[in-house]
Parts: sequence; C-alpha cells; structure tokens
Amino acid sequence: MLSYVIRRLLMAIPVLLGIVFVTFTLARVLPGDPCRAALGERATAVVCEAFIKRVGLDKPIPVQFYIYTGELLRGDLGESFRFGRPATVILVERLPVTVELAVSAMIFATIVSIPLGIISAYRHNSAVDVATMLGANIGVSMPVFWLGLMLAYAFAVLLKDTPLWLPPSGRLTSGMTLPPLTEAWNLELQGLPLGIVTFISNMNTVNALLTGNWATLWDAIKHLILPATALGTIPLAIIARMTRSSLLDVLGLDYIRTARAKGLREWAVVLRHGMRNAMLPIVTIIGLSLGELLGGAVLTETIFGLSGVGRTLFESITARDYTIVQAFTLVIAVGYVLINLIVDLSYAYLDPRIRLS
Amino acid sequence: MHGVGQTADAVPAVLRLPESAPSSLWRDAMRHLFRKRSANVGMVILGMLLLVAIFAPLIATHDPTMVLIGVENVKKRTPPCIHALGCPADQPEHYLGVDGNVRDLFSRIVYGSRLSLFIGFFAVGFAIIIGTFLGAVAGYLGGWPDNIIMRVMDVLMAFPALLLAIAIVTVLGPGLINALLAIGIVSIPSYARVVRASVLSIKEQDFVTADLALGVPSSRILFHRILPNALTPLIVRGTLGIATAILDAAALSFLGLGAQPPTPEWGSMLGAERNQVFTAPHLVFFPGVAIMLTVLGFNLLGDGMRDALDPRLNR
Repeated sequence: MLSYVIRRLLMAIPVLLGIVFVTFTLARVLPGDPCRAALGERATAVVCEAFIKRVGLDKPIPVQFYIYTGELLRGDLGESFRFGRPATVILVERLPVTVELAVSAMIFATIVSIPLGIISAYRHNSAVDVATMLGANIGVSMPVFWLGLMLAYAFAVLLKDTPLWLPPSGRLTSGMTLPPLTEAWNLELQGLPLGIVTFISNMNTVNALLTGNWATLWDAIKHLILPATALGTIPLAIIARMTRSSLLDVLGLDYIRTARAKGLREWAVVLRHGMRNAMLPIVTIIGLSLGELLGGAVLTETIFGLSGVGRTLFESITARDYTIVQAFTLVIAVGYVLINLIVDLSYAYLDPRIRLS
Repeated sequence: MHGVGQTADAVPAVLRLPESAPSSLWRDAMRHLFRKRSANVGMVILGMLLLVAIFAPLIATHDPTMVLIGVENVKKRTPPCIHALGCPADQPEHYLGVDGNVRDLFSRIVYGSRLSLFIGFFAVGFAIIIGTFLGAVAGYLGGWPDNIIMRVMDVLMAFPALLLAIAIVTVLGPGLINALLAIGIVSIPSYARVVRASVLSIKEQDFVTADLALGVPSSRILFHRILPNALTPLIVRGTLGIATAILDAAALSFLGLGAQPPTPEWGSMLGAERNQVFTAPHLVFFPGVAIMLTVLGFNLLGDGMRDALDPRLNR
C-alpha cells in the first residue's frame, strides 16, 4: 500500500506544476487593464505607473513567475488589488461558505441516492425502479441555476406563510450573528492556527454547533437547504444511477447465489455482500461529483447570494483582480486534484488488486 | 448522430477482413436502439426539437426580437394568455407570455431551439476533432508524445469544467462563438482519453500487425484502420457530450458570458429575467423547461446508444 501511495503522490506532482503554470498564465492573459480595474477608470497614468510597479506587474513575465512560485512555496498568495487585503485572508473568509455548501449538498445527495439506487437494483424493473431512473434522467438534465430559481420561487413565494417557508438568499437572517470562535473561546492565535480556527469559525453551522447556539444553527441550516438541494440534485441523480447499475452487476454474480444458498437473510445478502463489492464505482463517482460541485457552486452561490469561492472567483475575473483569480483557481484545482487522489487511494484500499498490480 | 451516417460508408472499407460480416454490428445496434424505450423517447424529443428548429418561422407567432410596444396593447412581463384556455378574447394571445422587453416568449423559445442545437453540435464537433487527433497521436505513438499530451489533458481536467470555460470566455471575450469554443476546449480531454484508450487496445490487434508487415504508412494505419474501429465509444460520448455542452452553454449565457441580447438563447433569456423570478416566474420557468427537455433528449439517446453498441451486454 505504501509504495502505491508514494507512486500516486509522485504522479500528482507534474499535474500540480501544470496547474500553477496555467493559473499564472490565465491571470496574465485576462484582457483589460488591471490598474484601472483596481483603482477605477479615472486613475491617472502616474498613479497607474506607481501601482503597476508596486504590485510587480512591470517585471518581465518569467521573473514574475519566479517570484510567484517563490511566494507560493512560502504560503503567500499575494494581495488582492480590489479588496486591498491578502488573498489568503479572503480565502479563509469565503472558502468555508463553499465547503459548507458543497458538503451539505453531497450529504443530501448521498443520503437520498444510495437507498434509491439499492431499491431500484433490488426491485429491478419495478415501478420504484422506473420512477427513480426517470427522475434521475430528469435530474441530470436540469440546469442548476434554473432549479435553484424554481426552488427559491416555490419555497419563498408559493409556500410563504406556511411552516415550509425557506429563505431564498443569504446565510443567516439579518440581525443574527455568530461570534468568531477565537472570540467565543478567548483564543490568542496567530498565523496558521488562526487561519484554521477562523476557517472553521466561518462555517456557520459548525460554529453554531460548537458554541451551542441552537437557534442560530437552525437558522443557518434553513438557509442551507435550498442551495444544497439545488447543487446536490445532479450528483444525486448520478450516484443513484451508478449505485443501481453497480449493484445490479454484482447481484448477478455467483457468490451472491452462494450467500443466498447459505440461507442468509436478504438484507445481509444485498447490503453486506452485495454493496461491499458495488461500493467501488460509487465511491469514485461521489469523489468526482464533489469536484464538479465546485463548478456548479458558481451558479448556486450567484443565485442564492452566498459569498463563496465560486461567486468571488467569477466576480474577480470580471473585475480583473489577478491575485484573487490566481489564488482561487489554484486552490480549487488543487482541491480537485486532492479529491481525485483520495478517491484513487480509497479505491486501492477497497480493492487489493489495484495496489498490488 | 452525424457520426452514424459517416461511419455507414466508412465501415465496409474497414471490415474488408474475412471473418467479420460487414456492418452487422451497426445493423444490430440500430435494431437494439429502436427497441429500447428510453432511447425512443429521446429520439422523439430530439425529432420534435429538430422540426421546431427547422420550421421555426412557421411555428413562431411573432418575430423573436420584435419589441411589441406600440404594436399590441401588452405590458412587459404579462403572464401567458391562451384564448382556448379561457383568457379573455380582447387580450392579445401569447402562449407563454411576454418578456421584460415586451417580446413574445413563445417565439423566442421556438427560435432558441436553433441556437441550442447549433451550440451542441459545433462545440462537441470541435472537441471531437481536436480530441480525436490528440488522443490518436498519443495512443499510437506512445512514449514522450503520449506523456506530454496526456499530462496536458490531466492539467485541463484538473479544473472544474465550468470554471475553466468561464475563464476562457473571459480571455476571448463574451459571445456565443467564444462560449462555444470555450466549451469545446474544456471537453477535449474526455474525447482524447476515449480515443487514446481505444487506439491502445486496437493497435495490438493482428490486422494492424498485418498492415505494419505490409508496409502500410503509419498515418494510413492510424486514420483508415484504427480510428474507424475506435468510433463506437466516441459516438456514445459525443451524444452525451452534446447534452453537457448545451447545459454549460446555457450556464455561460446565464452569467452573461455567452449569447448576447437580443439573441433568443435560452440561458440568456433566463439570466436576463432571473431577478424577476418572484414576480414573473413564467419568464424563468419556460426557457428552463426547454433546456431540460433538449438535454434530456440527448441524455436518453446517448444512454440508449451506449447500451445498444455494447456487444458485451446480454440481451
């Protein structure tokens, strides 16, 4: 296993280098003038010259790349032109929003899809199966942004004044706040530990849970339901289909017949024997969908007014904020590679044939 | 879809080999495809969509870009009015209502079908041409060209597709054609991978060895012997890819990076009215349904084709 892990880690290095190169280039080829985008259309030539010099954009591109990679290795992602603050600070502020959203979407998708897939496979060609597969086909065909808007309309307008009403935007009802964990726990932190605690503290649900603010926790969850449902529907459909087809393949195998012949209970045959082997492709598809969610997050965050990485990245591209574009694309791509790496490793863990080959 | 027609002439040339009965795979596949219910539903949806796209001027009740101020007595964002369903006869009839610029929504959606089909086919066609070339070269040559090409593909795949497409459109400038190119570029890796995998398995087969022994030039072996045999997975991928391409193009247009107003594109129609969803939901609902049906059609057909073309499935 160890040699497999090392081999797989080494294989990720060229991809990571490629990502650094692409994000750097991407930020440099964005059209438009970064100075006027940062300081406003009326910035004078002298002011602009000073600005360009200050942020180092006057240096030759290879030199800029050298400086950039050096800073990157020291964990410095640069300072945003637009916000006037380090990109890492903005990342610690906004990434938790997206992580919270993506994880809730994935939890929703997994909890609903796997049982549906199992029932569909077990009752193959039954009404439940046909309905699930029809639903799954429609689910993968829906535009995320349309589903989001329709959910917002249904729950915020049509179900207004009913207990089912849900807020269509934001993260907390205005007036409700959560103190940062550093304050709540009286912590004196700096550097990386501060970043980590702030990161956790910015996930509203986790913060409320840790500090025991139950009313706020419920409010945060209510705000999460619609965006998480919108974002989670496509993965839900994909995972349900994968669970069904994977389990169907397995249930046709001889060892399942043996298990039945031994007189095992049906649930043990399907869940313990069947699902164990059917899990591999399901794990893969869950991992891949989690990565894809980051793309869908741009749309979901825009619709539900959440300041996560997706929306910030989109706005920064339009505003020509090089540093943020560079930093956020880098973080998203690295996150994507890491998720794939974890999927591969778990695959090897679940299936000895892979790590031994 | 266009691939099926193409290969019908290409297949006999390839299968001149003695053992295989010519084109029986395709005839079988078509038979299985027509027998599959979901594929039939997909074909019906797409057939109707194609008819709507072709006969758009006959079906549409209004000019899709005409502003009706001063032409008819309607206000902007009027909900649907169909006389047959009890809408008062003194009000002008608009099947799906009127949009924020006082244009007939039904006519805009009808004309939008042309754009969606165009986007789907061209974005995927572009990706298939480049992806096939790269994948074929990588798979056939192996060694360092393979390594370089596939590592570049890995890097491209390391970004969520939509984010990369957004970035590319921003670099190229917003617009329908640029959005189409961006979607094409981000989907190149998946086609390159599919083709490379097929080429790798086919190039070891005896008929290729025979060609090599006969001194057939590599380019001819690659393009006339190996690639036609790699077409099956490519066609399946391509059909499903059209569905994704239409969804991504709609998302780009929704964000204002794709088709520009007043073009009747479904995603941009939806994006333009998204803040009015609480007051005029019909302007968001109908374009979304149109996108969903189109994507559903391609997904169903693609799934059906995958099952029909997979000889390993027991039927």
